[in-house]
Amino acid sequence: MSEITPELVRHLAALARIEVSEAEVAQFASQLALIVESVATVKAAVSDEIFATSHPIPMANVFREDVVKPSLTQAQALSGAADSESGRFKVSAILDED
Amino acid sequence: MAKDQLMDYQKALDAYEVVIGLEVHVELNTNTKMFCGCANVFGDEPNTNVCPNCLGFPGAMPAVNGKAIENSIKIGLALDCQIAATGRFARKNYFYPDLAKNFQTSQYDEPIAFEGTIDIEVPSGKVFTVAIERAHMEEDAGKLTHVGGSTGRIQGAEFSLVDFNRAGVPLVEIVTKPIYGAGDEAPELAAAYVRSIREIVKNLGVSDARMERGNVRCDANVSIRPKGQEKLGTRTETKNVNSLRSIERAVKYEIQRQAHLLSQGTAIIQETRHWHEDRGATSSGRPKSDADDYRYFPEPDLVPIQPSKEWIEQLRATLPEKPAIRRKRLQELWVFSDLEFRDVVNSDLLDEIDDTVKAGAKPQAARKWWTGELARIANSEDKDIAELSITPTQVAQIAALVESGKLTDRLAREVLTCVLAGEGNPEEIVAKRGLEVVSDDGALLAAIDQVLSEQPDVLEKIREGKLQAAGAVIGAVMKAMAGSADAARVRELVIQRANEL
Repeated sequence: MSEITPELVRHLAALARIEVSEAEVAQFASQLALIVESVATVKAAVSDEIFATSHPIPMANVFREDVVKPSLTQAQALSGAADSESGRFKVSAILDED
Repeated sequence: MAKDQLMDYQKALDAYEVVIGLEVHVELNTNTKMFCGCANVFGDEPNTNVCPNCLGFPGAMPAVNGKAIENSIKIGLALDCQIAATGRFARKNYFYPDLAKNFQTSQYDEPIAFEGTIDIEVPSGKVFTVAIERAHMEEDAGKLTHVGGSTGRIQGAEFSLVDFNRAGVPLVEIVTKPIYGAGDEAPELAAAYVRSIREIVKNLGVSDARMERGNVRCDANVSIRPKGQEKLGTRTETKNVNSLRSIERAVKYEIQRQAHLLSQGTAIIQETRHWHEDRGATSSGRPKSDADDYRYFPEPDLVPIQPSKEWIEQLRATLPEKPAIRRKRLQELWVFSDLEFRDVVNSDLLDEIDDTVKAGAKPQAARKWWTGELARIANSEDKDIAELSITPTQVAQIAALVESGKLTDRLAREVLTCVLAGEGNPEEIVAKRGLEVVSDDGALLAAIDQVLSEQPDVLEKIREGKLQAAGAVIGAVMKAMAGSADAARVRELVIQRANEL
């Protein structure tokens, strides 16, 4: 079980784009450790007969027909946008990424 | 921007071994998107093919497009891959405005297809077997337009505009294993590989495969290591190189750039790079860093895909022949020399010529039109030949008109220009513009007599048997007929008349 270090908390916060104070880092580190430890108990259930699973119901191959359904109108699509221009969502330019 | 220093290509290859790896994204041409029923169409008004799924609204539930799964399996089979007994979707988490959900639905440790191979022939005729690591399914992202700044690129942009029509379009990403030993042919191999992938997906009918529309996109990983060194060098990944020519140039550029750095004792930075077609150079994008921690986890809203053996075999039975086999068959069928055939393949005209021949043209005529006049026009207009507005059927019609003697080569080129200008089909243009060859000897004879009477000295020479003198008369007659005469017939008649007069 990997330890939840303050560095790891800062890394996760950066990935999630959440600003955290040093006090919060310490607080979250212990809380996250507890959560991870609790979740890890399911590992004990996995054996040769019981496989790790990501879905509770044994289902596979649920497919949709390739038939076009109505979409939203442009006005509907943009109705919740904070800002828009020429039928597009307007967002701040994000630099240093592609 | 500082200009990179490059090592001479040959010198670089003498000192270093090149290793490349290619990731090709193929957009499928299904009617609908990967996880919702919105139309998968290029070029519609922005944000008109979107729904709560495409826009990442809370509570929206994805539903897998069965046709996209089928097409992905076909691609896997065409690449001689194994098809996974169980494939699963996963969430690839990252924040970027081109994906409103804040994650891309992709596949991680259970791709639909893996462990394939493909034989690639490079222009020299050498064949490389490229190992395919995996082919997995995912969804495309929306399209960003960067506004402000001078270049339309992200550098200097003031804000960005997002169109989500493309978000959710089904993609198959095909990833090769590292490719060793291509040496100085690594750039050509990279381009030939992408060409083959494009040919495969086009012949499968699963993608429109138009690179200029981004249906097929390539990321090229390049690393070099001193000859004899076992450890792989640090690689760079050049993103979205969107023409075959650019792929070749970008790989060559990276080899030369990295060789210069290593020769100076400078370490290569592992990073994403961007290819700039205008400058013929790559530039540094973002470094691979923490941001690449995508925290994949199984997509809880989608159940696994478990294609049955029967289904896979059914799909396998529908596969068209492999590119290498098709090429061999076509070369034999068309009776092209190795040189002629390679020229066709390298000019990327195999499909066009195949379609033209199927539309009734003789193979050599089809080849001549595409690799000659049409390639020349495309080149002079700085276009991809596929962008020219002429169909293989129209080319076949022009070839037929030449074959039947209704058009001379010169007139045929004129008709071709008219077709490209959108004036209609060849037959219509010939009729409308009166371009047909004058096969009425009466009109020709009148013109010949006129010219001969104006040039008595030439007439005398022809009578004396100096037939090369006829050239001047033929030229004058052709001019008088505005080119709409068959030069060979004019020559016959000139000589005949000279002796009769």
